Amino acid sequence: MAASERTVLQFTSAPSSTSLSARVHPLVIFNICDCYVRRPDQAERVIGTLLGSILPDGTVDIRNSYAVPHNESSDQVALDIDYHHNMLLSHQKVNPKEVIVGWYSTGLGVTGGSALIHEFYSREVSNPIHLTVDTGFRNGEATTKAYVSVNLSLEDSQLAAQFQEVPLDLRMVEAERVGFDILKTTMVDKLPSDLEGMEASMQRLLALIVDVYKYVDDVVEGHAAPDNNIGRIISETVASLPKLSPPDFDKLVNDNLQDHLLLLYLSSITRTQLTIAEKLNTAAQLL
Amino acid sequence: MANPNPTARSFLQVASTEEAAPPLRVVQMEGLVVLKIIKHCKEFSPALVTGQLLGLDVGSVLEVTNCFPFPMREENEEIEADGANYQLEMMRCLREVNVDNNTVGWYQSTLLGCFQTVELIETFLNYQENIRRCVCIIYDPSRSDQGVLALKALKLSDSFMDLYRNNNFTGEQLRERNFSWVDIFEEIPIKVSNSALISAFMTGLEADTPVTQCDYDRLQLSANPFLKRNMEFLIECMDDLSIEQQKFQFYYRNLYRQQTQQQAWLQKRRAENMARKAAGEEPLPEEDPLNPIFKPIPEPSRLDSFLVTNQIANYCNQINGYVTDLLPWQSLYHAGTPTVFSKQLGDCIY
Repeated sequence: MAASERTVLQFTSAPSSTSLSARVHPLVIFNICDCYVRRPDQAERVIGTLLGSILPDGTVDIRNSYAVPHNESSDQVALDIDYHHNMLLSHQKVNPKEVIVGWYSTGLGVTGGSALIHEFYSREVSNPIHLTVDTGFRNGEATTKAYVSVNLSLEDSQLAAQFQEVPLDLRMVEAERVGFDILKTTMVDKLPSDLEGMEASMQRLLALIVDVYKYVDDVVEGHAAPDNNIGRIISETVASLPKLSPPDFDKLVNDNLQDHLLLLYLSSITRTQLTIAEKLNTAAQLL
Repeated sequence: MANPNPTARSFLQVASTEEAAPPLRVVQMEGLVVLKIIKHCKEFSPALVTGQLLGLDVGSVLEVTNCFPFPMREENEEIEADGANYQLEMMRCLREVNVDNNTVGWYQSTLLGCFQTVELIETFLNYQENIRRCVCIIYDPSRSDQGVLALKALKLSDSFMDLYRNNNFTGEQLRERNFSWVDIFEEIPIKVSNSALISAFMTGLEADTPVTQCDYDRLQLSANPFLKRNMEFLIECMDDLSIEQQKFQFYYRNLYRQQTQQQAWLQKRRAENMARKAAGEEPLPEEDPLNPIFKPIPEPSRLDSFLVTNQIANYCNQINGYVTDLLPWQSLYHAGTPTVFSKQLGDCIY
């Protein structure tokens, strides 16, 4: 045979995979865990579709998900495609902007069956993201990983699909951040009131300030290496406090305070008026 | 025939004694449902959206384990059938993945708390026909800007439902039962529960970014947009309330006038009768149902005024609550404005 010919294993790397990153909303993780808890007894893992959108800078934003029933044996994987399409249509009726961006499975690592499922999903959307959520806590902690598949080809024939890991980011919208504390525990007796929430925020802010203070002290005493950038940012921050002369400041504060007190008075008087009016209406006796 | 076993009850007896349902004391929601509601309402705000709640009714606790959103609907007949199809389809699919597909209520988003409308009551009654206990969860996405999770669980009180069904919304009925506008809706406390798996996940995942979790926007001191909108809504509602009051005044005036007319007519009749008796003829009857002045005037229903009163009370409470929370912050002003400072602090640490 032509010994001089050498076949070289080629990595046809997709140009976007180097800058691709994925962002996951906590709702997706909740959904996946809930489906895992409710899975039928004979299934080892749960598989489902990921919905979301692709942001203009190339990041994949995963916003929603739903489970798809499947059957898995040692050499075969069967996915309920009709169910998948039905759910997709239903979801799109509510939110037409959410499209398929990939699929998820529970369990650590990627198995042979996953390659077949990934192929199915790559027919639906180009370059799907595969998210694995380790519900077994095999590494002793919660690991979620995102993969993109890259094809390995030997000259013209397809050899294998390599799953390359992609950076994953857990993002939370402002509103979700507010309720985050109650999502961490198994049972919360009542929703936190405004004041308690504010107290928690203040404590977090205080912790941040203490950290900065400690850092500055360390640098001054020579324990930590000074970083000019950080120092510059700190001084900018401190200088950003608005400088107002004390009488002006007092006037501002007092005006604001008076406005608020007026509103308080108005709303209390409205409430009293309501009770009186209601008594008059129902207690009115004619003749 | 003597019952051989006095302690055993016959099937008929058991079927006839309805077990009194324990009163609903708490609504237990899963974190998943809270997140889904927040996401759906926030995405479509300021449009108002609704969705269905699924779960289980266990004793005095109503468990809500899942939910799904309804698509935005136009007021169109053929879309109505589509909506029902969508619902059935979703419930069927969710059943396949072992989700409880038992409807326990619905959720809707609201803007600054203006949700007490007649439609809400009608929806409640619709649901109540099929489900014994249902609840409505109200979420206000605009209040999350102030760092508050504004979730409320509402239920119509039983006394109100009786009154409404019998259409007995007149003044005397209300006075008899001592029913006022606070009695229409009952608010039920919410508990949030999570499975152990999810809480383990969340605790593990949160440790990465303690800094970005700091929600500075809650420390905003400028309350003006929120208060302004609240005041605007309040003023509109006051207008509505004054219209309702005028309706009542109109009714009472009409009633009074009608009664004076009746008296006058009666006097005339009596005088006529005296004259007739003197002339020896038959006296005319003292009542004349065909005369229009005897037609009873319908009393306007108090339902609307109650609802409007409820809304006003809601706005007042919100303003009150907000302002009283804000007052202690005023004293902190002397130390500087926290918000701008904290944002930059967060940036520099990150």
